[in-house]
Amino acid sequence: MRYLPLTDSDRAAMLEVVGARSIDDLYGDVPQDVWCEELLDLPLHQGEIEVERALSAMAGRNLHGANAPFFLGCGAYRHHVPAAVDALIQRGEFLTSYTPYQPEISQGTLQMLFEFQTMVAMLTGMEVANASMYDGASAAAEAVLMASRVTRRRRAVVSGGLHPHYRDTVATYVRHADLDVVTLPTAVEETDLESQIDGSTACVIVQTPDFFGRLHDFSALAESCHSAGALLVVAVSEVVSLGLLTPPGEMGADIVVCEGQSLGNSLGFGGPYVGLFATRIRHVRQMPGRLAGETVDADGRRGWVLTLSTREQHIRREKATSNICTNSGLCALAFTIHLALLGEAGLARLASLNHEAAQRTMERLVAIEGVSTPNDGFFNEFTLELPRPARDVVDGLAERGILGGVPVSRFEPENGALANLMLVAATEMTTAAEIDTLGDALQEILS
Amino acid sequence: MSDVTSGGHRGLVMDEPLLFELDSGGHCGVDLPEPEGKARRLGGVKERQSIGLPGVSEPEVIRHFTRLSQKNYAIDSGLYPLGSCTMKHNPRINEKVVRLPGFAMAHPLQPPATVQGCLELIATLAHWLTTLTGMQGVAMSPAAGAHGEFAGLMCIRAALTARGDARRRILVPESAHGTNPATAALCDYRVDTVPCDARGRVDLAAFERALDDDVAALMLTNPNTCGLFETDIMTIADMLHSSGAFLYADGANFNAIVGRVRPGDLGVDAMHINLHKTFSTPHGGGGPGSGPVVLCEELVPFAPLPRIEADGDVWRLIEHDSDGLAFGRLRSFHGQMGMFVRALAYMMSHGADGLRQVAEDAVLNANYVLARLSGAYNVPFPGPCMHECLFDDGNLKDTGISTLDIAKAMIDEGYHPMTMYFPLIVHGAMLIEPTETESRQSIDRFCDVMVHLAEEARKGNQDLFHGAPRFAPWRRLDETAAARRPVLTWAPDRPA
Repeated sequence: MRYLPLTDSDRAAMLEVVGARSIDDLYGDVPQDVWCEELLDLPLHQGEIEVERALSAMAGRNLHGANAPFFLGCGAYRHHVPAAVDALIQRGEFLTSYTPYQPEISQGTLQMLFEFQTMVAMLTGMEVANASMYDGASAAAEAVLMASRVTRRRRAVVSGGLHPHYRDTVATYVRHADLDVVTLPTAVEETDLESQIDGSTACVIVQTPDFFGRLHDFSALAESCHSAGALLVVAVSEVVSLGLLTPPGEMGADIVVCEGQSLGNSLGFGGPYVGLFATRIRHVRQMPGRLAGETVDADGRRGWVLTLSTREQHIRREKATSNICTNSGLCALAFTIHLALLGEAGLARLASLNHEAAQRTMERLVAIEGVSTPNDGFFNEFTLELPRPARDVVDGLAERGILGGVPVSRFEPENGALANLMLVAATEMTTAAEIDTLGDALQEILS
Repeated sequence: MSDVTSGGHRGLVMDEPLLFELDSGGHCGVDLPEPEGKARRLGGVKERQSIGLPGVSEPEVIRHFTRLSQKNYAIDSGLYPLGSCTMKHNPRINEKVVRLPGFAMAHPLQPPATVQGCLELIATLAHWLTTLTGMQGVAMSPAAGAHGEFAGLMCIRAALTARGDARRRILVPESAHGTNPATAALCDYRVDTVPCDARGRVDLAAFERALDDDVAALMLTNPNTCGLFETDIMTIADMLHSSGAFLYADGANFNAIVGRVRPGDLGVDAMHINLHKTFSTPHGGGGPGSGPVVLCEELVPFAPLPRIEADGDVWRLIEHDSDGLAFGRLRSFHGQMGMFVRALAYMMSHGADGLRQVAEDAVLNANYVLARLSGAYNVPFPGPCMHECLFDDGNLKDTGISTLDIAKAMIDEGYHPMTMYFPLIVHGAMLIEPTETESRQSIDRFCDVMVHLAEEARKGNQDLFHGAPRFAPWRRLDETAAARRPVLTWAPDRPA
């Protein structure tokens, strides 16, 4: 076995030092009647050739964003990841290191996390960000819990424009938190959130671009929240949009959560991704997750450590702000490297390219008879209203080898009002040929 | 002679500025096409002005992050004896296969017919996990160990609710990981701590006193965080089950028993498995992890969404629950697919035979360290141990040298320190987990160093310890100052 350095003679010599006759002696504390006497019923060890062959065969059974015209989004986007990102995150010093609990020999990870936190704060327009969460949805759930701690209130209002997975994750996290969650219906019509705010409201959670791709300025909503003593939580499921649009922090958001997958991280069938979490400095002690902070060493040199750990589970146990321990460190590194490469100018250009690709896609698709869009504004994703159930259309496109979009009914199969809606995304990767292929196929399916 | 160089570098250890301080003015490290300049369609929402990001070219970015990487300790560079963290070798075939476009470029919301290979991979991994644990089902979506704990307790709470049996307490041994009580609190349980006995195991009499019909579950790590097998686990499981409670196992230490014992046979009802520990997906400087939770028959119906089911030759993705029993959704999409691919590659490489050998070698290596360092350091509980061994600084008391001093001196000797001051039940704890991927020679060198440090402490060589680390890229960092006046982001107006 190529990963096990001990030889049989090592094992024999080591058992002698230990004072055991056999390895079984070392398992003497395990009740003998439950020992596995035989090997478990699983395949035996295999070499790299066999493993790679078997997994390549599985990978080969998938259609994907590199072998099919591709228009899916809905919280996960097909973007170009520069080659330098993948080369750098595979450096063993990043890949195979642990959480930086020993700062003297972890400055690489710690400085990177400090840079990540700074970038996230800049992008969201907030004052402070943590060192990452699992993903956008779990970050949203943690934000609602945090808002309840900050305000000491027990009611959360959830916008119908919040991604259904985020909404469901919020519902799970608060299930036993004695929190009353008011979830407004998923609908393309705007819902009135302000009328839901009262003196018991801990927070309102909204999204922009929202689930249907619509864009929002939440400044007025933020004012309503604040005058009622509630917090405004803004979710962003496409981080590239922050290269073009007014950031939630400028609208008055108190907590911003974001899915960071689009920068540095591949689609990867849904994970691992990286949740971004930012807030105002006055709330930092109620924030979940790890934080890197600046300090000096014994010689006075600038360096970084994990800080404010008294919020965290390994110190505070059941009184911690969250149970999170492992986060998305390497995905945060990929995010940071990609954003470092893009820089201010590159991110703005990337965002423009995305918006234009979506415009071109929309122009082609709404030219098809019976197809329209309810979107007034959008970033790189929009809703199409089709004359037929979107699920059938998407399946029909898939049969033609085209990954054309996401039927909204996938999230709420029972809601007839959503049946004909399809979400379509385009990015800098989308080619004119892909748009034509989708347009022609959609026209054919609908005719 | 001064130990300060003109530029702050020290040989290969570069004094690297922050990215923001490297800003070379408008540079971009990615060449993207020029936008057409189409009129925006933003529905009245304003475009943003500046963000504040630096502009740096590709060579500068590569150099920056390469220099940062060189300030990190890693498994690739040396033995990483962090107890309870299982820092084992990360095979590179795993990194290769996860990048196959069929996995890396697949979108989680594609029609299931177009991602049969992804679903097959998840189902195959699920089969390995249930077989290795002897459990009836597994929820694959948890993103890390603590997330898996959350899933497990949510299932338990849902099962109890379905029985009409609302219970309010979770028992947690005092040696438990901090995530256990934090997770119980997230599920609104009252956390009651069960003491350990003089053998480092759960105090059975105290457990019996704490157990009543208000207890929903015990969260037990086995082997526990003292590196010891909980010898009474089957009695504990029986007592829990006859009182109507569940046994939740924290699977962080599964590496010790994989292929040798199945938790299901011990009476475990739910257990998360840290794929980033036992199954070697890389820790990545703090994540991502993956924490599937295996479940007994009674808990399976309450497992979170989504699920994968076989329907003849077709894999179906169940995103909505027909019977309404699933407790909900834990995150977006389906789970840490990238970790699943790596873990399955690791499991297939080892096979049933190799995984059993993993456990045996991990246990042998830990017992070897225990034997070699007994005497040099105090052993609070006698062995044999499982995959990690626990020491403390009790026999160094008169030297003025503590666990922290030993840890920082280890850094000078070229090692990452062991887990220190955990578990909390042992004063000055040093928890060492060598893992199975260290050779005998490597462990001997490590033990030689540890023995040497204990000898130096006894000789009264205080300077060796109190100034340590002297040779690390940084000297001891001031954590108190960092917490007192938190500086959590860079700002342009602050001096570099």
